[in-house]
Amino acid sequence: MKINNVILRTVAKLVFFIILTLAVYLFFAGHNSPGGGFSGGLVLASALVLLFIVFDIETIQKGLPIDFKLVAAFGAFLSVGTGFGALIFGDNFLTQAFDYFNVPFFGEIELTTVTIFEGGVALVVVGVVVTILLSISEDE
Amino acid sequence: MSTLVLAIFIPFLAAAIIPFLYKYLKNIHVGWFAILVPTGLFIYLASLIPAISSGEVIVQTINWIPSYGIDITAYLDGLSLTLALLISGVGALVILYSIYYLSSKEPIGTFYTYLMLFMGAMLGVVMSDNMLVLYVFWELTSISSFLLIAFWYQRKRSREGAKKSLIITVSGGISMLVGFIMVGSMSNTWSIREVIANVGAISDHALFIPAMLLVLLGAFTKSAQFPFHIWLPDAMEAPTPVSAYLHSATMVKAGIYLVTRFTPVFGGEAVWFWAVTGVGIFTLFWGSFNAVRQTDLKALLAYSTISQLGMIMSMFGMGSAALYLGYSTESVVYTGATFAALFHLVNHSTFKGALFMVVGVVDHSVGTRDIRRLGGLITLMPVTFTIATVGSMSMAGLPPFNGFLSKEMFFVSTLEITEAGFFGLGTWGIAIPIIAWIASVFTFVYSTVFVVKTFLGPYKEEKLEHPAHEPKPGMLISPIILGLLVIVFFFMPNIVGENLITPAMNGIFPTFAAEGAELGTHIHAWHGFKPELFMTIGVVLFGVLLFITRKYWYGVYNLFPEKRSINVFYGFVLDQIEDKSTVITNKYMTRYLRDYMVYIFAFFILAIGGIFIFTEAYYFTLPENAPISNFEWLVILAMMIAGITILFAKSRLTAIVLNSILGFGISILFVLFRAPDLALTQTIIEAVTTVLFLVAYYFLPELDKEDTTKKTKSINLFISIGVGVVFTAVALGVQGNKAFDTISTFFENSYELAGGKNMVNAILGDFRAFDTMMEVVVLLIAGIGVYTMIRVKAKKESDQIEDK
Repeated sequence: MKINNVILRTVAKLVFFIILTLAVYLFFAGHNSPGGGFSGGLVLASALVLLFIVFDIETIQKGLPIDFKLVAAFGAFLSVGTGFGALIFGDNFLTQAFDYFNVPFFGEIELTTVTIFEGGVALVVVGVVVTILLSISEDE
Repeated sequence: MSTLVLAIFIPFLAAAIIPFLYKYLKNIHVGWFAILVPTGLFIYLASLIPAISSGEVIVQTINWIPSYGIDITAYLDGLSLTLALLISGVGALVILYSIYYLSSKEPIGTFYTYLMLFMGAMLGVVMSDNMLVLYVFWELTSISSFLLIAFWYQRKRSREGAKKSLIITVSGGISMLVGFIMVGSMSNTWSIREVIANVGAISDHALFIPAMLLVLLGAFTKSAQFPFHIWLPDAMEAPTPVSAYLHSATMVKAGIYLVTRFTPVFGGEAVWFWAVTGVGIFTLFWGSFNAVRQTDLKALLAYSTISQLGMIMSMFGMGSAALYLGYSTESVVYTGATFAALFHLVNHSTFKGALFMVVGVVDHSVGTRDIRRLGGLITLMPVTFTIATVGSMSMAGLPPFNGFLSKEMFFVSTLEITEAGFFGLGTWGIAIPIIAWIASVFTFVYSTVFVVKTFLGPYKEEKLEHPAHEPKPGMLISPIILGLLVIVFFFMPNIVGENLITPAMNGIFPTFAAEGAELGTHIHAWHGFKPELFMTIGVVLFGVLLFITRKYWYGVYNLFPEKRSINVFYGFVLDQIEDKSTVITNKYMTRYLRDYMVYIFAFFILAIGGIFIFTEAYYFTLPENAPISNFEWLVILAMMIAGITILFAKSRLTAIVLNSILGFGISILFVLFRAPDLALTQTIIEAVTTVLFLVAYYFLPELDKEDTTKKTKSINLFISIGVGVVFTAVALGVQGNKAFDTISTFFENSYELAGGKNMVNAILGDFRAFDTMMEVVVLLIAGIGVYTMIRVKAKKESDQIEDK
């Protein structure tokens, strides 16, 4: 499909980064307000979907040479891996830990292992959505 | 640190590392890395011998699923240690041998990965105290055996042998699992030690005998007992090191191990005695009888292994008779059979391992294993010949080799058991020594065939692929070590007897050990002119006679034609199952999505609606619900209109857009009901699915009106109304449900418990993270599924590999 829609392309280039920012925000906000790994990942995926729709697939793949199957697999590995991580510290499978740290400039921040777990979730969502989309659309 | 548990997992770890070593260190045969694992384990385990032989047992536990009582408990007593030493010791020798047997051109990375998987699984089987963990490792051995048999997967016979072994051993494994669950539910524990300690409480239970038979089924299939032995000869398609390791020295002993382990539980029952002894003794006969007719050296050894396994099995059966009588000076006599069985278990691993390696050497050297083409190799391969002779004579039960000792002890046990007056042994008992003796004659005959046909007689170079020559010295190291052990164990049998078998005996007969019984036997090579010696002499005389006259009585095998064998029956059953299930499946798999939707919705109505009616959980009162605001009415109205309009949509595009109105409507409702997380997720999901729909839409044909019969239409109407009613009922019923206490108060502490103020995400990522993790994995599987279905298409070349 060749779409030559200048307005859509121009807008998409800008909007892509806005959506991307939203995705990152949602991902980190999820701990205390609406958001989280799943919705963050979905937003990120929808940003990519927008790119794939507006530009053709070849262009995007040239600019973003990422194998999204690997992204999904790595995400699942990360999520399951945090479960085993807890075992190393002698806790039960998938026990999540959190603590508060004082960091210069940022002040007190909270670091949790849930973030890693949710990061895995986000990567799986992005990977799977894009993989499915590309598989279907590239089918001859 | 739980070193013992670690010992089980080290091979698994090695299995994960080996592919990388294979990939990046091309110059070194990867077997040299693999060999470090069993060698290290052997040294570690050997260092535990003093502790174990002084009567200690080592128990180490790592919690796995404590809420279900499933823990990884490594339990090491004499029995476990004996087998663990065999696994690591023979494992090291086999790997050393395989380094010379398999060239680097073969995919040896995968070979050693599978081998390590097997080693870990096998160590897990013999060291696990928890029945369910034991089961997991048990099936892992089956799977790794499957992978190793099919190592040369280009060959049709390899694949079929692998399939057969998997089907038979895994079916047995599942029945064993059912048996375990029965034992577990009777005794409220998964720990074998605890079951043994409280065995009195369960022996009168109605499930006791069924559980016993199911566990035995697992043991018999794994240890290739009649009539399940048919997988073992076919498993010989595996590379010879695998045959030597899995299919003679270790994996096939797992069933025997299981029988031994459960002897304190089930032993003393007449059913157990007759099942184990009867099947064992018949397998002994049937295996040896069939081994004689084989022309392939490996098939000969396979049947010989079946026969020897039957012999060990029968001895454990006879030994269990002691538990029937309880502890007394007379009953201790019967434990001698168990002692002999353990001793023969070790001996068999040494001589059979050596013999398999010899076959591998011959095969490697001349390119054939067919005894009709072999002969006269004695002058060309003298070292190989010597090892073969040592192994065969031990197998036949001749001095001065270890097989003689255990064979004599076997004869003693069979004679003693005839004098027992229980279990109906007075009438039937006499058959045991007779069958045992006849089988031993055949054992002698095939042992002779093995040596004479391969190494003596005329040398027929024109029939061989390559001229005969001794292999590289490295290939002979392992068989020489095993051959030496055969002799060493003859002269110093009590090293094994006192250090390993006596502590093992204390574990098998805990009640006897508690009474202070002396369960160890001092093994003598010479104990006067007793009946067992005359039996051995008789075996030799008749064996030689039968060997010389074999031309005249080989016709006997025509009575058992291939057409009526168990193998053919197995194939027939398998074909029938396949045909019938194809017919049934084709009846309901119509290849129409709409039919599948009907199944799913019909199931939904029956299951969900049925449960509500059946459990009488259905309860709702409208007045208790919150009032519906005008704005909510508006959204719902819009959704209703969209829903009904879909039915009349003329194009797919309209239907997709209308469908997304439903989705966005729901997310508006989520906003109204103050569920921002749900609203957010629903909105994005809706956007992404609409795009996916549109992409798929491109490939779909034009929407057509379907010509459906009135009957289908009315069924569809009925089902759609049913789904609607059930769903509405569920939605209303959930509100009024008072069957369970609410658990939401727990989640309200999410900030203290999980450090997050967003309760929804605290549930997703922390409280119920297991669900989320599984969902993520399912999502990944779904994604890969879509990808493979659409993108990965069968290549044409793959057909050619299939038919080889």
